[in-house]
Amino acid sequence: MPETVNGIAFFLLAFATIGGAVMMLSTRNVVHAAFWLLETMLATAGLYLLLDAEFLALVQVLVYAGAVSVLVLFTIMLTLRRREDAVRPFEPGWGGMALAALFGGAMLVAISRAQLPAAKLPEAPPTVADFGRVLFTQWAVPFEIASLVLLVALVGAVWWSGGDRR
Amino acid sequence: MTIGAPAGAAQFMALSAVLFSLGLYGALSRKNAVMVLMSLELMANAVNLNLVSLTRFVDPAAMTGQFFAVFSMVVSAAEIGLGLALVLAIYRQKKTVELEAMEELKG
Repeated sequence: MPETVNGIAFFLLAFATIGGAVMMLSTRNVVHAAFWLLETMLATAGLYLLLDAEFLALVQVLVYAGAVSVLVLFTIMLTLRRREDAVRPFEPGWGGMALAALFGGAMLVAISRAQLPAAKLPEAPPTVADFGRVLFTQWAVPFEIASLVLLVALVGAVWWSGGDRR
Repeated sequence: MTIGAPAGAAQFMALSAVLFSLGLYGALSRKNAVMVLMSLELMANAVNLNLVSLTRFVDPAAMTGQFFAVFSMVVSAAEIGLGLALVLAIYRQKKTVELEAMEELKG
């Protein structure tokens, strides 16, 4: 397994990811922003493929590109009374921009100085079968807790967003 | 770095730092509750990317970061579901999703 990944594919996917995020934040239409978020999530799934994480790429497409963006689009649809409400005034938010730029700059400086531990690279990347085996043996208890968390969260979501009957 | 050079852990970490900063900016500056939740998803995405890339470049056989990313996806899916349910509940009471309308606790 090589020490690096293909630079051209990385550059294209990174451009798609960051470009999608920038477009999501710069567009004034909330519906367009939801679709740019979808594009960012799909590009991230491509990055997972590049990192030999096939199962995560699939989960990313199913959960984020599928479920989350449909959920976001439905909420936008249910909370807009007129089509014109989707277009919002320009909100630069200079304070937030300064804070985020400071944070990002600090992180980039820290990354440029970071020393990673020596890599232990096997001959071939682990497959989805290896992933499943370890998930259901070593990580079985966290997995069950995660499914319980999802169940409780979804029951709570239905309870909160339920109709006016109660 | 030059464009198209082979990418290692530092490039992936820089990408996810930029993504996280963009999400942070969106979460701090937007006035629509749905846009804030979408920015939170962007930040969660950056964290997952960091986990997956570090496990790929440091210890791919153990796959620890991939499992962490799966659990982090579970938590952020639960979070977006609950968050959007709350937005719908607030919309039913106030007929708006603007954050300025939710200031009952303002001193």
